[in-house]
Amino acid sequence: MAEDRFDAIIVGAGIAGCVAAYKLATEGLAVLVIERGNYAGAKNMTGGRIYAHSLEKVIPGFADEAPVERKITHEKISLMTSDSNFTVDFTADALGVAGQDSYSVLRGVFDQWLAEKAEKAGAEFIYGIRVDDLIVRDGRVGGVIAGEDELEAEITILADGVNSLLGQKLGLVTEPPAHQIAVGAKELIRLSPEMIEDRFQCNPGEGAAWLFAGDATHGRIGGGFLYTNEDTISLGVVATLSDLVKGDKPIYQMLEELMNHPAIRPLVKGGTLVEYSGHLVPEGGYGMLPRLYGDGVLVVGDAAMLCINLGYCVRGMDFAVSSGDFAAETVIEARKAEDNSAATLKMYEEKLANSYVLEDLKTFARFPHFMESTPRIFNEYPEMIKKMMLEMFVVDGTPAAPIRKRMMPAIKEVGLLTLARDGWKGVGAL
Amino acid sequence: MSTVNVDAKLSIDKFYVDEENAHIALKEHIDDAEFAKLVLACPAGLYKIDESGTKLFDYAGCLECGTCRILCGITILEKWEYPQGTLGVEYRFG
Repeated sequence: MAEDRFDAIIVGAGIAGCVAAYKLATEGLAVLVIERGNYAGAKNMTGGRIYAHSLEKVIPGFADEAPVERKITHEKISLMTSDSNFTVDFTADALGVAGQDSYSVLRGVFDQWLAEKAEKAGAEFIYGIRVDDLIVRDGRVGGVIAGEDELEAEITILADGVNSLLGQKLGLVTEPPAHQIAVGAKELIRLSPEMIEDRFQCNPGEGAAWLFAGDATHGRIGGGFLYTNEDTISLGVVATLSDLVKGDKPIYQMLEELMNHPAIRPLVKGGTLVEYSGHLVPEGGYGMLPRLYGDGVLVVGDAAMLCINLGYCVRGMDFAVSSGDFAAETVIEARKAEDNSAATLKMYEEKLANSYVLEDLKTFARFPHFMESTPRIFNEYPEMIKKMMLEMFVVDGTPAAPIRKRMMPAIKEVGLLTLARDGWKGVGAL
Repeated sequence: MSTVNVDAKLSIDKFYVDEENAHIALKEHIDDAEFAKLVLACPAGLYKIDESGTKLFDYAGCLECGTCRILCGITILEKWEYPQGTLGVEYRFG
């Protein structure tokens, strides 16, 4: 090995890239991370929450030292119309138990901590440099090109995010179609920690995750989200691109209206907007995975489209951690064998396949299509629930019919068969 | 409900705009229907149609999400790349 040749160069200091760097450096390998932002996380954004299990394996007890925002102990999901909101609200001690805990995070803050861990372990970081291209010789990736500079590595790890221009150049990643990609817009709203705890009925250090279907996206495929942070609230909207463009309301207008919804307005009242952000989400699931490796190269995190949205549960960061972890293990093995060919790096895909990552993506492989083909989730069902709830709760002096009779008209508007069919398909896809 | 002013929201964000170099460029002839998609989907509201029907686009304020690239990368975009290193949006919170 030439002295100036790295064992691994990682493009992108997000979660997957930093975890890979941390693990490789810990094992004594020469690793360089190149990030185009001025610090790790400068270009990154999440809803969002991280399920702790996978990072816990890499850095045990991480939540005690990392700048996590709040431990999520309250789960809420809602069906929303323009003037109503039906919520399932669940809290249990089990949500906070080690190993199944999750935390709201802000990536501009969190990723810097993770990068620092990797740096302390011995990884090198360069910030403010955009990798323009890859060194490719005889079909084998041998490092990166940034402007006039070339940097060589035995293995290059593409952690360059959902718009993996480098993965596309190599032909590993194909340009995702608009029905497999959603766009998210988010406002970060500052409130005092006490206000957040009061409004969301949480203990200090604990918080809520909340997902909305229906009017949050004005009936388009997607949803709203709300996560409580230490002294801010992340409020946002995510909408599938192919469907969003068939509507008549811009994504940022959806977010504004969500914020002004009668169910949300009191929660953000008095808050100050401190940041507005946007990002893409790869939502196609198992069906949109790219080729995960090639000669001298591995693809991790969002670049590998490792993400899942089940409506009640959104995951990406725990997959990012594990993909970075498995990529590092693969590089360690490949360096021992002194072989960076695709045949050896295939190990990375096998590790993913033998873990919860591809298992879960496979289990829910049919769900993205179910959401896409069942627009009623975002229109008719929130309306139906609203009507049923009004039948239940409104008392106005007119003689009341038995509840079964009062509920049926709302259900019949959708159709009993349709409801049964959607329920069956939905359960089948989950 | 009043139409939201996205520019006011973006003004809170931290940007290092590359004044010399546009990282997104549109083609000369722009299809109306394609442009209309971006008016709806760009979270930064950078694709606009003014009262006289003129199409407007400004790359300053770009959140670098890639929405326009996915929707119209081959139809009305001439180029989409990340801004040069150090430049573009900088999330303090993310």
